[in-house]
Amino acid sequence: MSENELSERDHEGPVVAFEHVAKVYGDGEMAVRALDDVSFEIHAGEFVAVMGASGSGKSTTMNIMGCLDTPSSGQYLFKGVDVKTLSRDQRALLRRHYLGFVFQGFNLLSRTTALENLELPLIYRRIAKAERRDMAMAALNAVGLENREHHTAAELSGGQQQRVAIARAMVTTPSLLLADEPTGNLDTARSQEIMELLARLNEDKGLTIVLVTHEDDMAAFARRTLVFRDGNIVHETRSQAA
Amino acid sequence: MIGNILLLSMREIRRNVLRSILTTLGIVIGVAAVIVVVTLGAGTKAQVQEEISKLGSTMLTVFPGQRRRGGAAQTAPPFEIDDVNALRRETTLLSSVAPMSIGRKMIVYGNENRRSQLVGTDREFVNVRNWALTAGRLFSPAEEQSGKSVCIIGLTVRKELFKDEPYLGNVLRIGKASCEVIGLLEPKGQVMFSGDQDDVVVVPIKYYQRRISGNTNVDQIYVSALDDDLVPAAQAEVEMIMRERRPSQPGAEDLFSVRGVQEMSTAFQSSTAVMTAFLSAIAAISLLVGGIGIMNIMLVSVTERTREIGIRMAIGAREKEVLLQFLVEAAMLAGFGGLVGIAIGLGGAMALAPLLNVPFIVQPDMMVMAFVFSALVGVVFGYMPARSAARLDPIDALRHE
Ligand SMILES: Nc1ncnc2c1ncn2[C@@H]1O[C@H](COP(=O)(O)OP(=O)(O)O)[C@@H](O)[C@H]1O
Ligand SMILES: [Mg+2]
Repeated sequence: MSENELSERDHEGPVVAFEHVAKVYGDGEMAVRALDDVSFEIHAGEFVAVMGASGSGKSTTMNIMGCLDTPSSGQYLFKGVDVKTLSRDQRALLRRHYLGFVFQGFNLLSRTTALENLELPLIYRRIAKAERRDMAMAALNAVGLENREHHTAAELSGGQQQRVAIARAMVTTPSLLLADEPTGNLDTARSQEIMELLARLNEDKGLTIVLVTHEDDMAAFARRTLVFRDGNIVHETRSQAA
Repeated sequence: MIGNILLLSMREIRRNVLRSILTTLGIVIGVAAVIVVVTLGAGTKAQVQEEISKLGSTMLTVFPGQRRRGGAAQTAPPFEIDDVNALRRETTLLSSVAPMSIGRKMIVYGNENRRSQLVGTDREFVNVRNWALTAGRLFSPAEEQSGKSVCIIGLTVRKELFKDEPYLGNVLRIGKASCEVIGLLEPKGQVMFSGDQDDVVVVPIKYYQRRISGNTNVDQIYVSALDDDLVPAAQAEVEMIMRERRPSQPGAEDLFSVRGVQEMSTAFQSSTAVMTAFLSAIAAISLLVGGIGIMNIMLVSVTERTREIGIRMAIGAREKEVLLQFLVEAAMLAGFGGLVGIAIGLGGAMALAPLLNVPFIVQPDMMVMAFVFSALVGVVFGYMPARSAARLDPIDALRHE
């Protein structure tokens, strides 16, 4: 599949489609069946929470969804593309053009300003300097950090760092934003702010978001919840309003 | 793409200045050493060339017998004044011919004394050596004919023996002999392989033979070609004339030898070649050490930057983009180290040149080469760390603490 085909995909169906996905780490005696048999779909504009005990396969699911990893068996279609058929570099291109990541540990580049962190995905997308600045500033605006562009990670609080990370994940307007326990390192008030921000981005910009969380309070912001246990989805709920 | 990679690499270098400096330190030192050596080497070489022209680039020296380095000299009859006269008579390509008998002698004036070079020759000597008088006069034909006790002195002898006293008309003692000073030679200064040219007393050859050596020998004959270009032809002519005068057995070596100033300096030049090779080896080793330094610190930095690499990969960096970024970083650091090394090297050479008494000659092509070479060292030694960075698994890299 060419770089163009990977970067300009018009796709009508679901953004994410898991079909009997299993993931096994290691082999023989040591094999761990992280995902057993998982099938679900996520459509554009959804805000989905993923819950479950530690070790139930949430991160594995997120990694596969984010094209960082591939299923051991079953099929994962991202925007209609069977990810398993793609090379490492082709998956990198999919991530570059359609995916945004927010991590528990923020994962900003240290000793790098907020603005430069936001520019990073745009540089890989080869967006010219002036436009890059504008897009980065707009994203900083959207997360309410417009006057912090020259601060480095060390000069920002945890909540602010996570907002920069969210801005970095959405600056390219991805088809899917994946957040693995984004509030795990934050206090309740800060967590609340981050969730409100994500809900607003979903509401206002139609950003498709999948979020892993342990807390019902946080999951309540989403309109759909998938609950994992031992590598399977054991429960699914939908709510009408956020 | 390369523009973006350059931007990313530049930001990465700026992000950790101390690490960047440490990475490139070996290159800085290596290149600085190379530049110092090369610059001073060029200065020394230029100086040798200048000294050769000081001695006279058209000058040839004729020795009796073969002169072998290290070996026993061939036994050949010494020259006599007839040989000089024959050369003068039969040559077409020489501008001047002068006999030369040379010895180091104790020269005394009043309470002062000094071992100096005593040269027995005639008027032609100043033409052969391209020399001039600053005071007094040359020997007259009559003085040469009779071997009169007159002498011309060099500046060092004048300064050491006469201090500020008048010297013209005063009498020097040379062993049991003595001579009246009639002239002063223009100063020539130091010549690397002949010592102080001004530490000399010149007397008529006949005086030298009669009062100093006690024989009729002429040690060497100095001749001067009409022109620089004619030196080889003049040498051939001298050889022809001398071969006729002192025939050797068929197939045997000539009973004389002719050497130019250029040849006299070859010994020196071959020793500089050894020196250059030795120093080049040092330079190569220091660049190698610099390269290993780059590799070492970059390998450490790949481990240290594992999480950053994970972030880049999650954001969508491909293997070759991570690889290129690390390679470009290494090349930029090493190239920058090369530039700093060149600057330090030039500074060092500029400071050392006057101490070593050689001219400071900038070598632009060497500087370009040093720069290109250091960037290359960066690429070569940065490759392994860059590849290990590019091959990281993004999930593992992101989980890295
Ligand atoms: N790289 C790996 N190698 C081996 N086992 C793994 C690896 N990643 C995850 N696992 C295992 O797979 C299971 C699911 O892990 P994970 O998806 O991270 O769970 P969660 O995110 O829900 O806590 C766990 O038992 C974990 O130990
Ligand atoms: Mg997890």
